[in-house]
Amino acid sequence: MARLNPSIRLSPSLRLKPSIRPWRGVILAFAALYFVVPLAASVVFTVDVPGQGLTADAYTEILGTEGFLSSLRLSLELAAVTIAVVLLLMVPAMVALRLSAPGLRPVVEVICSLPLVVPPIAFVAGIGTVLQWGPEYLSTTPLFQTFVALQNPTFPVVLVLAYVVMALPFVYRALDAGLRSIDVRTLVEAARSCGASWPQALVRAVLPNLRGALLNAAFLTLALVLGEFTVAQLLGFQPFAVWIVTVSGSQAQLSVAVSVLSLLVTWALLLALAAFGDRRAPSRTASQG
Amino acid sequence: MTATATSADVVPAASPKRRRRTTGWLAVVPLLVFVAIAFGVPALAMLNGAFTVKDPATGATSYTTANLTASLQGAYRTALIGSVKLSAVSAAIGALFGLLIAQAVVTSRFHALRAAVLTASGVLANFGGVPLAFAFVATLGNAGVLTRHFGLADKGWNLYSFWGLTLVYLYFLIPLMVLTITPALDGLRAQWREAAQNNGATAVQYWRHVALPVLAPSLLGGLVLLFGSAFAAYATAAAMVGSAVPLVTLQISDAISGNVLVGQQNVALALSLDMVLVAGLVMAVYLPLQRRSARWLA
Repeated sequence: MARLNPSIRLSPSLRLKPSIRPWRGVILAFAALYFVVPLAASVVFTVDVPGQGLTADAYTEILGTEGFLSSLRLSLELAAVTIAVVLLLMVPAMVALRLSAPGLRPVVEVICSLPLVVPPIAFVAGIGTVLQWGPEYLSTTPLFQTFVALQNPTFPVVLVLAYVVMALPFVYRALDAGLRSIDVRTLVEAARSCGASWPQALVRAVLPNLRGALLNAAFLTLALVLGEFTVAQLLGFQPFAVWIVTVSGSQAQLSVAVSVLSLLVTWALLLALAAFGDRRAPSRTASQG
Repeated sequence: MTATATSADVVPAASPKRRRRTTGWLAVVPLLVFVAIAFGVPALAMLNGAFTVKDPATGATSYTTANLTASLQGAYRTALIGSVKLSAVSAAIGALFGLLIAQAVVTSRFHALRAAVLTASGVLANFGGVPLAFAFVATLGNAGVLTRHFGLADKGWNLYSFWGLTLVYLYFLIPLMVLTITPALDGLRAQWREAAQNNGATAVQYWRHVALPVLAPSLLGGLVLLFGSAFAAYATAAAMVGSAVPLVTLQISDAISGNVLVGQQNVALALSLDMVLVAGLVMAVYLPLQRRSARWLA
């Protein structure tokens, strides 16, 4: 009996595996449908306008539409500065945590996870309150000028401050994964014993080995800033995402066309990055093993 | 490790060590200062504002819990409940479908499919917002392609409703679940299934008594994370529905910009505090579960 049982059970278990396959196909087909249809329908929506027939006007008009170039430029500038600031803050700190201050690691981890606990809308409510202190309490002090400069509409520094905070969880995870895969201590000690100074060791030995992680962090931050809406809208600035919503009222086709393009561009960038990361992955596991 | 390092140095052992420790601190300090200013000050301002009222006549401020009480009453209460309901429903559906897709991908022999789904999930889970909302408006909105083509409006379809919003939220919640649950599914050893089968278990029994108990922390963790993500979402809802569906994020934005009543800013801060408490609760549940499920993946 005890011997019989497994042999009886074995054959259905062998048959079980092929029988799962149609179920898997159905699920994946369903998922593909759900994720592709909205994009495909959006493209149809932009080129097949009721009453006009097929037209590519929505795409050709984008460049000429008022506010497109200025809002995109603002978003790209914000992204560039945010990436620079967040990397300048995080890279030395993360490398230092690996090398010499492991006791601070939980502290930094918690700090970089805090933005996950405070939703952007709550965060911007707090920022708005702080910005009101300017005119209310500080109008006679030199600090007032700082507050004005923070909110300069041509380049609102306050958005950079907010975006750096919001990017911290992404950047922390990307850099942590990158640093995990290399032996920072050996690299730095090798560089130091060859006579390199601390900055030289960091820039010439550690950073080149972190290229993938740095790129990853930069792209994630870029995608975050380009798509960010909540903070910018509620503080009254008009970068890219806010502009799309503003223009949607009068030009529906155009706003959808810009949306589709921005989604595709962002996704293409991030997919390219992921492919780049995959190509590096085998060597990483090999060096660990 | 430290011993070999210091003995290799020619200089006396104590001085580079101490210098290294101070440089370590120096490298972390800018980050801490930045976060204290850019994050700490607004957070404290929110906390302070949530508990103060300003007398419009005298301009004097006083501490009170009136804002918090107000944030739990009337329209704000409806919005909070609406947000919780929407987040719970979409998180549950998202978790179910995310689990199914992840299982389909994990058991697949095609590595390219797996890589493609995981990469696409990483992208979809984090970056949707306004463009995503407009893609759905173009597809299923009042003048959307599918709505016109299939005459969905006559059949009672309305994108700007509870279920419409759920459908849109699933677009980033399902990928988030796929990302969260895939490592846990990878952790299910083939040997466990074989052992269960050798002991005469059916597929249902295997899932009921082996796989689901092992997956439970990850599943619950994923569910909580999805809830938090849906709860905090604002851009999608704002670009799509305006205020057709009562949501706490929309109420906060209305109150901040003074759309409804002037002088509701501090109630907005109290609402924000409510949200932070919910999000904090989410993290407090999620992190221990995450740690627990990590045990099986070692």
